[in-house]
Order: sequence, then C-alpha cells, then structure tokens
Amino acid sequence: MRFSGWRVLREGLTGNKGWAPHWRDAEPKAEYDAIIIGGGGHGLSTAYYLAKEHGLTNVAVLEKGYLGGGNVGRNTTIVRANYFLQGNSEFYSHSLKLWEGLEEDLNYNVMHSQRGLINLFHSDGQRDAFVRRGNSMINQGDDAVLLDRIGVRKHLPYLDFDNVRFPIYGGLLHPRGGTARHDAVAWGYARGASDRGVDLIQQCEVTGIDVENGQVRGVQTTRGAIRAKKVGIVVAGRSGQVAAMAGMRLPIESHVLQAFVTEGLKPCIDHVVSFGMGHFYISQSDKGGLVFGGDLDFYASYASRGNLPMAEHVMEAGMTLMPMIGKAKVLRSWGGIMDMTPDGSPIIDKTDTKGLFIDCGWCYGGFKAVPGSGFSFAHLMATGNHHAPAAKFRLDRFRTAVGLMDEEGTGSQHNLH
Amino acid sequence: MRLECPICGSRDRREFYYQGDAVMLARPAEDAGADAWDSYLHLRDNPAGETRDLWQHEAGCGAWLVVTRNTVTHAVSRVALAADVKGGKA
Repeated sequence: MRFSGWRVLREGLTGNKGWAPHWRDAEPKAEYDAIIIGGGGHGLSTAYYLAKEHGLTNVAVLEKGYLGGGNVGRNTTIVRANYFLQGNSEFYSHSLKLWEGLEEDLNYNVMHSQRGLINLFHSDGQRDAFVRRGNSMINQGDDAVLLDRIGVRKHLPYLDFDNVRFPIYGGLLHPRGGTARHDAVAWGYARGASDRGVDLIQQCEVTGIDVENGQVRGVQTTRGAIRAKKVGIVVAGRSGQVAAMAGMRLPIESHVLQAFVTEGLKPCIDHVVSFGMGHFYISQSDKGGLVFGGDLDFYASYASRGNLPMAEHVMEAGMTLMPMIGKAKVLRSWGGIMDMTPDGSPIIDKTDTKGLFIDCGWCYGGFKAVPGSGFSFAHLMATGNHHAPAAKFRLDRFRTAVGLMDEEGTGSQHNLH
Repeated sequence: MRLECPICGSRDRREFYYQGDAVMLARPAEDAGADAWDSYLHLRDNPAGETRDLWQHEAGCGAWLVVTRNTVTHAVSRVALAADVKGGKA
C-alpha cells in the first residue's frame, strides 16, 4: 500500500474502505538471522535499515508491550543537529540529513517540520559559548545563525524582554531544527521494516539471553525461545535489566524526565524555543497544544511519572520566559525513563559477547537520533564495523577515559547531563 | 515525595540534593586500577526496585544520607546517616 495525495482523495470519495493495517503483527519463528530487542524508535529504525541497506530481512523485533509505546511516544518531538563536540556533531548531522529525506524514503508522513530552533542566551558568557557552538555546527556543515536581542525579538516578540533578572541577550538560531510527529516515526519505520519482511512481534518480553562459549545463541522470551546468531539490545531506560541477562553491568542510571502538553491553542509559537537560565523548552504541535518540558527529576526512577518539584520548576521557567502562556490549561503530564550515561553521550557498540550488540545511553536526546541511531546500529550489526558518524560511541570510553564526550562539562555524574 | 531525615524529621524532597547510587561511599584506593574506578564512577546496577542512594539534606542540617528507596514506586523504606553507614553503625 503506497500513500499519495491521489490515494487520500480516492479513499475519501469511496468511504475510506481501502486502507489496510500498516504492518503485520507477526508470530515468532524458531530462528532468525538477527533479533532486535525493543520495538521503539531506535529498534524499529535499526530493523528497517538492516533490511533496506544490508538486505537482512530474516529479522525479528521483539517488543514486550506495543510498538512505539515507550520513549518514542513520550518525548517532546524535537529534531536538531546542534552539538558541539566531535563524535556527537557528525552523528547528529548525519541523522538530520536522514530526517530530511525520511518521508520520501518511508513513503510516510512523519510531519517533519523544520520550523527553526532558537536557544536563548542571557549573559556574555552564554553568548560566547553559543558563538563557539554555532561555529562548530557550521564547521560540521550544518546551519547556525547568531541572533542579537533585536533579532530574537523579530522572531519571538512574545518573550518577556523586560525581565531584569534573566535579560535576553540573543539566541542561536538553527534553521533546520524543528519537530516531527513522534508516533508516526515509529509507525513509518514499522511499516517499512514489515514490508521488507521483518517480523514485528509485540507482547513478547525477553527474559533471558542465551550465550554459549562467548557467542550469543538467541533469547528466551515469554513466547518461547528464539535462536539467532546476532542480537541487538535497544531498550533505552531498561538497558540495565536486559544487559544484566548477558552478565553485563552498564554505565547507565535510569531517570524520569517529565513533559507537559496544554489544550489546543491557535498558532502562537512558531519555533522550538529553549530558555538558557532554567531548563525549559517549548514548541507547539500541529494540533495546537503547547508541548514543553524541563530537566530530569534528578533521582533514579523507573516510574513513568514525575513529582511536583520539577513540574513547578518547569512552569516557573516557562512563565518567566513567556508570560503569555500563563492562562493555557495543562492537559497532561507524563514521564519517560531515560538511560543516562556518565558523559551524556550515547553508546552504539559491540559487547564482550560475540554477536551481542548494544545501542543505548541516549539520555534525554534520543528522538532526533532515531534515524541516525538505527542506520549506524544496523551498519554495525550487519558488517561488524563501526559506522563512521557513530564511531566514537564506544562502550569502553568510560573504562579507559579516552574519548569521553561530555557536552555540558558536568563530570561523571549520570543525572547532570 | 518526602524524606525522613534522621536529624530533622520528615522533610520535603526540595530540601535534598541527590548525588547518585550509594556505591559512591565505597571509594577505591588511588592505585586500585582502571576497572575498580570504572565500576565506582560509571557502572551501575540500576535496579528497577529497591536501591540505595546518596542524598544530602542540603537545605537542612547538611547531613549526607543513605536512602533505601524503590525506583518503581518511589516508596522510601529507610533513611540512615551516611556517616553511620560508613562507620558500620547503621
């Protein structure tokens, strides 16, 4: 089934009776060439690129809940490539390029909207840091425009420019940054993978990883044993538990990150905007809801809900920056479980067990990485070689202290990134 | 969420600073080697269930605390002074 404007028109005129399910809900087979544990954004994109780029179609994606029910359905949908450090910079640049061709590639409307992202700064020191970051982005081949106060005011006239405690000095505009419809990204990859023969198996929780003589042999699941010579772990906040099944202890602590959405409003916030003096970022969904969030709750948690102090902090930061949103009613808040690493950068690597690979540690920046992570992880699983843009995401950088990528310079404390 | 500080009593979570896993109390010797330091600084059991964290009653008495807490329910079962835990008294 291909989507097109013509098809939408025809279905509209004929009672929408011709639509079919977007993917097959498969039953597990006894053996696959490769198994992906985790049917979220990264797992589904890995399966898609294994099939599309490497011709590996005898692949299963095992999901304990339902496809796209984890962080890919719980984030604030921001897509950007504004990283500073080598290693991250080339990876997110590659991922953004994949985003820009994603809808055509998948034949699926993921509502990718490059509406521009503006990171505000409020002091001379912050301005210097953003000048450096902007130069780094331009050197990488991406786009960055330094805005002064008047420049910001042209784009974002609704900010509180009279705030004396946190004066707005300017902002770094990343015009190719923006948002995408998060669920559609999962569905689009699921459909693309399923069409190429990948089995998407839901309600199938992995309970054990079978290893013989240092080589992975398959997995035990709630729907029976499944054999495979290659297994990829792509389970975000649950990485610690799944890796433990293979005897691994990871440099990861799981934390809860909250997000919020208001009732639908008429268009008022055209960009993605972040506040530089409190952790607050906001955009407006195509449905009209203001989607915003802030920092972690800061303590290790597997509860998909947060506590009041951080909710208060986020609301305060939002009201400080843009008082106009004060009367909008918050409809929902929720939490996602973030796999926080000690340097704030991710891991795409082999493990000490032959045939066992891991993709994790996306902290709270995993959504924009969905295409790049799947592409690079598929490359690693299929060829055994690291894909160049993700070649620095090594697991052993923590043990050796060589190649750490601490964007925020906060040191090895999991919750500070 | 409230924590029961052994010195100050039940206090709001906002008064406390979270440092991380209580494994931070067991600092290896300087020459313990890369694996011991990797384990101390980076690797975590990261349990979905009961865990022991290190918190500081930053806006109160300033004491460092070992909090036994459930990461799934957020229920706190025990709070002890880190000094007592290190000294073997708790």
